[in-house]
Amino acid sequence: MNAVNDFVVKFANVNGSGSASANRLFAKAILRMGVPVAARNIFPSNIQGLPTWFEVRVSGAGHLGRRGGVDLLVAMNPQTWDQDVAEIEPGGYLLYDSTKPLSLSKFRDDVTAIGVPCGDMCHEAYEDARERQIFKNVVYVGALSALLGVDFVELEALVSTQFRGKARLIDPNLRALRMGRDYVLARVPYPIGLRVERASAVGDRIFLEGDSAAALGCVYGGATVAAWYPITPSTALVDAFARHCRRYRVDPQTGKHRYAIVQAEDELASIGIVIGAAWNGARAFTATSGPGISLMQEFLGLAYFAEIPAVIFDVQRAGPSTGMPTRTQQADLLACAYASHGDTKHVLLFPEDPHEAFEFAALAFDLADRLQTPIFVMMDLDLGMNEWLCAPLVWDDARRMDRGKVVTFTELEAGHPFARYLDVDGDGVPYRTYPGTHPTRGAFLSRGSTKDRYARYTEDGSVYVDNVRRLLRKFETAKQLVPMPVRQAATRTTRLGAIYFGSTAPAMGEALEVLEAQGMALDCLRVRAFPFHESVAEFVAEHDRVFVVEQNRDGQLKMLLVNECGIDPSRLVSVLHYDGTPITARFIVHEITARLAVLRGVPAGRGVR
Amino acid sequence: MTYLPKPAFRHPDAPANALGYTRRDYEGAVSTLCAGCGHDSISAAIIQACFELALPPHQLAKLSGIGCSSKTPAYFLHQSHGLNGVHGRMPSLLTGANLANWELVYLGVSGDGDSASIGLGQFAHCLRRRVNMVYVVENNGVYGLTKGQFSATADRGSTSKRGAMSVETPIDLASLAIHLGATFVARSFSGDKEQLVPLIKAAIRHRGAALIDCISPCVTFNNHAGSTKGFDYAREYNTAVNRLDVIFERAEIVADYAPGEVEEVVQHDGTILRLRKLAPEYDPYDRIAAMKYLEEHNTAGEIVTGLLYVVRDPHDLHDDLNTVGAPLNHLGDEELCPGAEALEEFNANLR
Repeated sequence: MNAVNDFVVKFANVNGSGSASANRLFAKAILRMGVPVAARNIFPSNIQGLPTWFEVRVSGAGHLGRRGGVDLLVAMNPQTWDQDVAEIEPGGYLLYDSTKPLSLSKFRDDVTAIGVPCGDMCHEAYEDARERQIFKNVVYVGALSALLGVDFVELEALVSTQFRGKARLIDPNLRALRMGRDYVLARVPYPIGLRVERASAVGDRIFLEGDSAAALGCVYGGATVAAWYPITPSTALVDAFARHCRRYRVDPQTGKHRYAIVQAEDELASIGIVIGAAWNGARAFTATSGPGISLMQEFLGLAYFAEIPAVIFDVQRAGPSTGMPTRTQQADLLACAYASHGDTKHVLLFPEDPHEAFEFAALAFDLADRLQTPIFVMMDLDLGMNEWLCAPLVWDDARRMDRGKVVTFTELEAGHPFARYLDVDGDGVPYRTYPGTHPTRGAFLSRGSTKDRYARYTEDGSVYVDNVRRLLRKFETAKQLVPMPVRQAATRTTRLGAIYFGSTAPAMGEALEVLEAQGMALDCLRVRAFPFHESVAEFVAEHDRVFVVEQNRDGQLKMLLVNECGIDPSRLVSVLHYDGTPITARFIVHEITARLAVLRGVPAGRGVR
Repeated sequence: MTYLPKPAFRHPDAPANALGYTRRDYEGAVSTLCAGCGHDSISAAIIQACFELALPPHQLAKLSGIGCSSKTPAYFLHQSHGLNGVHGRMPSLLTGANLANWELVYLGVSGDGDSASIGLGQFAHCLRRRVNMVYVVENNGVYGLTKGQFSATADRGSTSKRGAMSVETPIDLASLAIHLGATFVARSFSGDKEQLVPLIKAAIRHRGAALIDCISPCVTFNNHAGSTKGFDYAREYNTAVNRLDVIFERAEIVADYAPGEVEEVVQHDGTILRLRKLAPEYDPYDRIAAMKYLEEHNTAGEIVTGLLYVVRDPHDLHDDLNTVGAPLNHLGDEELCPGAEALEEFNANLR
């Protein structure tokens, strides 16, 4: 196997063994060489002891989706050895800890095995049991640097930066790196067929988790209240928010906080705190995953009907029920789009990467205030908990928070008429006041019960209908305010299209390239929000068949498209990936190719699935 | 149509408070509860307390859950913002509202179904968090709107209107509140306005989590012979441990009290709580003793009322969270957004 800047390294580790930071060091060093990488954790719902994997795709071409397949396996977990070794592509490589002898039957003839006695080396070099364990990981990173040609200077620089302020940790780390490298240089035939060569394909891009990016978007978007309940994979978002707030939101004079974070007793309380805070004029959010969304249903109906802003980050994982808590999916679309009882519809945003997670997070607060309704930012585990290479975050200093239609003291004092649920502007969005604004004007009682345009309780059916129809007008208004879909035309005219969203983006981009190279051209539309802009239905109308690529079993985006845009379901062909791993270009290419083969044998107009 | 505004006209000689407001300025729409409902008396006590405190109505926010009690915020303080939420979840809404702006007074109104049954979790956790609020439970032991089922505060052995007996252990919200860390806990009776109004005033002035468990008979479903939440029972078994006066300037005690009979507490804002002891051995500053006293007297079937527990120097959620002096909802772009330069530095660290 020979490849330069185009291969997959997979690390098989034991959870809790300290491998994460070593693996990250490896990925980051390659990035520093100007070569794009996509790194993904595949981890168990466990604290210590179960298998965990880390995949690094090195892609000079900049393909950041998961590729599938393994070219070089770093096998540090005997428990998963057999399954890991079986996964290596023919002609690939296996780096393993040769401290203990392994029977020949454990190896493959078509895979080059490279033994490095990481355990022995650490046993000799370190006294402390924990150090002996942790530095095994750093030793293999050192070994890899020699095998693959990863610039050792970059590794050294990264170690120094990582442990800035903890100088006593720098030397033992550097020592482990050197031990691994020197062992390979002295004892192992190198280099191997896989090489990293310095390039300039990274540019000014940054390497960042979606959860951290979204959390920073909350800081920039002016969020002051966060209420949450711990749940993977959204906990990292709140942790990051706390971290960012400690850095950016502490009053330099007093040391006091311009934020409040409450770990609530459950998700019902989390969303209740958010709604209470937003009702009172603060920007507030919660972060959760599918099970939390289920618990929030009743409150979401209140926020929809009483028209109270709220921002909810749903970092999706595989459901239903507890499902696969540490695996990714995009399977909460319907649960969020139509959350709560009665006739409800909610605004969803679909960021494709951390750059957009930041942008949409900040935007969500403007939209929530502007539309006075809950806004869902639909993340997923793949995007949330992995570092992605993405465009740097941007902010325009001229930008100001859009607090929407809020009547002020001055306006009330000047006799500005106020009716809480009156559609003054014809866009379905009424005006509100914050509690405490004016001594005698502008007070009202918010409630989930039917009320008239003046917020007075009523059980009059016609008044109810008037109100819920206005809410539909408001939803129409939302279509013009949410991020527009992004269209990418094929290089030649085609009657085929594809629609996708969120973290599917990198795999989709790569798949399109492959398909085009194979003579299959598809126009593409990346949907960035629900409700859908009219251009989404137009896109479908312009094509005979449109593949809808998503990461769930039931084709939830397709259902929304059919339901909300009145599209003939037979025009939409689902491509569905839902085993809990991130979707790959290989999968998309395979599925679309297979469907097209079937389609070509079937007259258009017949249902195809 | 169940919204009935009150006529604007008022008695020309209606007394005004320091703000120039009359009681009418603290009232709300006409109540739609049953005639004689204890809850209406509590609404009247809230109106009276706010009037006497000369509280600017817009400086108070009223929040509630679902149930008869939770409908009452429509019937008082029409110049205050209100949020009538979902069943049992008023505490989280109130917590959020309080986080957004600590400057307002937060009045949470709830019932025994709302707080002791469906909402026991939120009841407990907002007290644990010491949210600065007045949490009033209008406690009648019964579900009114759904026609007479027992709630979780119904005493074991008490009977419903149809004769069914409550067999489950009742939840004593006042005891629970003391246990959970509330810094002001009182119990009262809707039929004893002289006791209730000062308690509400003191709770409003208390900077911490204040709970008032107020027995409030349901005239329709729980005011019969077998009930322990009816008017007759409440009057007969009401055992007040003290009487409370709330005063604003330390005036000389003119009445002739025996030594140790009167105790004063100066609150954060300078108001003075003057406690006249009725049960000489009762010490509302002693948490353990208060819990023991309540347990003993509950067991004897008594309804212990008065200021049951108070912390002299309470602290609240904002103290714990170390929030800035300005309410969070007043902060603007300048204070909240770190700006493009900081973002560029953030980016630089991720390369």
